[in-house]
Amino acid sequence: MPEKKVVLRNCRVIDPRQIDSYLARDGFQALKKARDEMTPEQVIAEVKASGLRGRGGAGFPCGLKWELARKSKEPEKYIIANADEGEMGTFKDRYILENDPFTLVEALAIAGYAVGAQKGYIYLRAEYHNLLDLLINAIKQAKQKGLLDFDIELREGAGAYICGEETALMDSIEGKRGEIRYRPPYPPTKGLWQRPTVINNVETLMNIPPIILSGAKWFSQMGTAESKGTKVFSVSGDVNKPGVYELVMGSPLRELVEKLAQAERIRMIQVGGAGGRILPYAMIDTSLAYESVLGAGAVIVLDESRDVIDVVYKSLEFMAEESCGKCAPCREGTEVMIEILARFLRSEGETRDLKILPELAEVMRLASLCGLGQTAPLPVIDSLKYFSSDYQPKIRAQGGARV
Amino acid sequence: MSKIQQTSQADLLERLKQAQHRYGYLPQKTIARIAKALDIPVGEVYGVATFYSFLATKPQGRNIIRVCKSLPCFLKNYQMIIESIEGETGIKPGETTPDGRFSFQLTNCIGACDKAPAMMINSDVHTDLTRDKIAQILQAYK
Repeated sequence: MPEKKVVLRNCRVIDPRQIDSYLARDGFQALKKARDEMTPEQVIAEVKASGLRGRGGAGFPCGLKWELARKSKEPEKYIIANADEGEMGTFKDRYILENDPFTLVEALAIAGYAVGAQKGYIYLRAEYHNLLDLLINAIKQAKQKGLLDFDIELREGAGAYICGEETALMDSIEGKRGEIRYRPPYPPTKGLWQRPTVINNVETLMNIPPIILSGAKWFSQMGTAESKGTKVFSVSGDVNKPGVYELVMGSPLRELVEKLAQAERIRMIQVGGAGGRILPYAMIDTSLAYESVLGAGAVIVLDESRDVIDVVYKSLEFMAEESCGKCAPCREGTEVMIEILARFLRSEGETRDLKILPELAEVMRLASLCGLGQTAPLPVIDSLKYFSSDYQPKIRAQGGARV
Repeated sequence: MSKIQQTSQADLLERLKQAQHRYGYLPQKTIARIAKALDIPVGEVYGVATFYSFLATKPQGRNIIRVCKSLPCFLKNYQMIIESIEGETGIKPGETTPDGRFSFQLTNCIGACDKAPAMMINSDVHTDLTRDKIAQILQAYK
């Protein structure tokens, strides 16, 4: 399946500082159509029919999320664009925002209309501070043109990966430590300031204007049974052409890493970042979709010179440092795992570690409160399954180190 | 209308960032003052101040170097960048130069993996780093 530009349709085409260049490409036509020709319920029905699911990794149906918040009788509601992209190996939202901030603004206004929200927020990670002016400018120009009467406020993080998790993000907007909340209640019921709140990933929202203009039928013709539309991928690591690529859902991993990013001598591919899957080259024809592997679209390619333990160690180190610390399985589990993996890095592993790692992984997967702790052990599990030969030489022989 | 729902704490993170910008870190006095102004316990303010990696409760250098140490930058030899910065500044990660010009930290993914290895100095992102580039980049920060 080919490259297809839906989300990235305006990137490197329009001038991200000039709204006129966006208007020349049907900019704000979707908002106009939604408001003039559709009821909020019809907008939601269209998004539901499109099959659009969350692009931040969790894959929750977007229209359903909107509907839950819409149906709440609370008078006050919020919509938030999650621009706290922090997953290891992910930079797609940075690329989207620096090239097309206008579509996000328009999409937020459409979402606000559909959900019945009084206000929208864009929560931008502190590391992307240099994109702040671009977003403020986009909102300002839209207001000056009389195209936007929806209130959008920009909130900036202060350096915390966990704030990309929706409940931690809301706590951060509320001025608290970004620690995750127990669920239920879910944000569409009780979110920001305990009011119904919809949080969507930047990429999810970018799909909204095209869906409104071209229709759910057009959108749902792309992709697989459970994964409609396209997906934007961030490709890095051992490739000749790292960068952002958009493919129709269900495209094979091979097309992305070998054809587009031009990787050679691949040994393994990490899909989904630090909490993602590690696939051996033999699985290069795996399709990229919610049914198989996807995450937020981080794809890190590793060539034949790489050792899987380095990859798993760096992934767990990331998670251990970024864990909010609220629940023990994640807080302690990630620490114990890096301790064990560090021993293997020093060729001081123990045979029993190979039994402890999967047991610990299972506990973390089942008992952690949010996606961070639940997915942190996935690279460990995959590495033991597909690359156990990397662990064996690093087990310490009795009576001394074996090299 | 939406203002009604917001508690005074909603301004906390923003205030802490402003104070950090002004003083270079968050002195105890400042934390106490903000706590009083927003009517929040000092412990809560301290908790927030220590949660986020861009906030500091100890004095920092005028310029903060953050070298990305996540996997994509690891694959592009970030160790070389760390050594180069150590050589130029005479400090190791976690330290501040005696003249207060630089603090040096390692950070997790900054979303520049396609141009790894990468680092931030203050809000500026520097990418496709090589050993030779470091000295020149640092020169611009006084």
